[in-house]
Amino acid sequence: MILPYYIIIPLLTAFIISLIAGKKDIYAIWLSFIATTALLILSIYSLLTSKHETITYTMSGWKIPFGIVLVQDALTSFTLVTVNIIAFTAILFSINYIRYLSSDWKYYALFMLLLTGMNGVVVTGDLFNLYVLMEIALFAAFALVAYGSRAEEFEAAFKYAVMGSISSFMILLGIAVTYSATSYLTMAKVAEVLPLVDKKVVFWVGALFIAGFSLKAASIPFHSWLPDAHSSAPAPISAMLSGVLIKALGIYVLLRIFYNVLDAPEIFLKAFLVLGTISILIGVFLAIGQWDFKRLLAYHSISQIGYILLGIGIGTPLGILGAVFHLLNHAIFKGLLFLNSGAVEIALGTRDLRKMGNLSKILPVTSQTSLIASLSISGIPPFNGFFSKLIIIIAAIEANLPWYAFFGIIGSLLTLASFMKVQRYGFKAENVIEVASNKIDWRMNLAMILLAALCILTSMMVIPGIREVTLDPVVSVVANKTEYIKLVLGGLNEN
Amino acid sequence: MHKHEGMTLIVKTVTRISVWMILLYGTYIVFHGHLSPGGGFAGGVIIALALLNVLLAYGRNFVTEWLSIKFLHGLESLAASFFVIIGILGMVYVGYFLGNYLSKGELFNLLSAGTILPLNIVIGIKVGTSLFIVIWFLSELKIDKGE
Repeated sequence: MILPYYIIIPLLTAFIISLIAGKKDIYAIWLSFIATTALLILSIYSLLTSKHETITYTMSGWKIPFGIVLVQDALTSFTLVTVNIIAFTAILFSINYIRYLSSDWKYYALFMLLLTGMNGVVVTGDLFNLYVLMEIALFAAFALVAYGSRAEEFEAAFKYAVMGSISSFMILLGIAVTYSATSYLTMAKVAEVLPLVDKKVVFWVGALFIAGFSLKAASIPFHSWLPDAHSSAPAPISAMLSGVLIKALGIYVLLRIFYNVLDAPEIFLKAFLVLGTISILIGVFLAIGQWDFKRLLAYHSISQIGYILLGIGIGTPLGILGAVFHLLNHAIFKGLLFLNSGAVEIALGTRDLRKMGNLSKILPVTSQTSLIASLSISGIPPFNGFFSKLIIIIAAIEANLPWYAFFGIIGSLLTLASFMKVQRYGFKAENVIEVASNKIDWRMNLAMILLAALCILTSMMVIPGIREVTLDPVVSVVANKTEYIKLVLGGLNEN
Repeated sequence: MHKHEGMTLIVKTVTRISVWMILLYGTYIVFHGHLSPGGGFAGGVIIALALLNVLLAYGRNFVTEWLSIKFLHGLESLAASFFVIIGILGMVYVGYFLGNYLSKGELFNLLSAGTILPLNIVIGIKVGTSLFIVIWFLSELKIDKGE
């Protein structure tokens, strides 16, 4: 019964904010803070209680396949926790940060709509409903990217809007083809009927979806919007976009559609392998030359998404384990790094690594947490990034794909090199910089410390006892492929 | 008042007469959404177009005095909130979000089909006001000067 609240809470909050906020932002802050806290508690609660169950909820009581169905299984709960952790810390960070840009309620209302879209995409079990909620998230994201109202921000938002619309068109076409071939929009019913129709439909639909959702996930040939959009947005929004939007709208849906609906056809897994490896290598090569801190982070998002796609493409349970684990880890450390970049930008007024200096005295929390995040993303034990990359690389070797493992290691080494550059120039350089550090308040510091603590805590998820309750149910949902049909259609009576 | 703003006298006169009929037609489409083709979105668009006619014929300054944009904005948020609240009431009464808890009435009566009519009305208000507000904000820009 909790399922619809993931959509209702942020949606209602967005409308109430625009209704009562007035000129000041204090109500908007409180309302959105309460909403994100409630969502975080709900999602953690449902992760801890549901485990292997699949819960379904039919909107307004219409039975499958006539109405919209919401589905919650382990993959859903896991992604919801990821989304809501980052949303909570981003709101905490925004309270002070956004006041340097403007102090009105619009930011918070748009943020809540973004969260509505992402939570909705994750909980829905209906293809067209997924499309609608995805558009809600995207339109809020376009507006938020342009929130600073400078020329390059408008340019980035426009580019994002054009690319996003092209991919949405392909997704909509894919949904239309699916509907005409199967006469259903409920994913479980589509998955049930699809083996009976012509095999070519699967390829046609899969090709459209892989192009559309890879564009949302920004893997390499489809990445051109990401560096602009993610580096121009306000820092907490960059953390949301890079941390969770590309995963909720990209990776999660790819997992759901290609594994649970299309039954993981071999040819598409190969495509994921190739897309992932290209993304790892080209993303990191583009990142290493950047001097703009946020742009460097944005290119690293492409590279890290490559690891997740590689894990999905390997297709063995171990590869999927690595992919979903890296999905959570990347959300945490990349969210933290973007919050760091926001703190530095507020304190120093620059994002250029060459103009930054020794920040460990004036911004102790920012520079220490950025060190933790840098070590995580470069894959240094005992931080979380090490374990997920290790699992993906071991899975590649076990699946007899040594070259892909080799490219994964190369990518990881280059990531290390580029974050050594960040630390050397940005945070630990010799030139001492004198600025007033009181611009960073305790809430921004708390958000960064929370995520830094999670960088270490989530690495505990590889310990067998904890893995069995957190990651293993997720892997079994994905690896069991079209078992999903039975779980969803059979779970109806329990509701 | 603003005699020289907007379009010619002929257009203004025609608009003055027709705008109420367009509004009435929009309202009709909203209220008969559950009986005949149409509904909240279609009716809302017609309502927004009626207001747009006034904006085109009489100019921006007149509309500022005639309508309160702040009020329209409040109405828009209120209508959207009401949609969600009607949905939540469904959870309270019948256990499903957006579930029907009103009497279904007799077929082809105006007051029938349960919650569809109130939902159509709030969607009509939401769409009508928000489309008009979007056009209103766009009309602030002077495109030929690039501002």
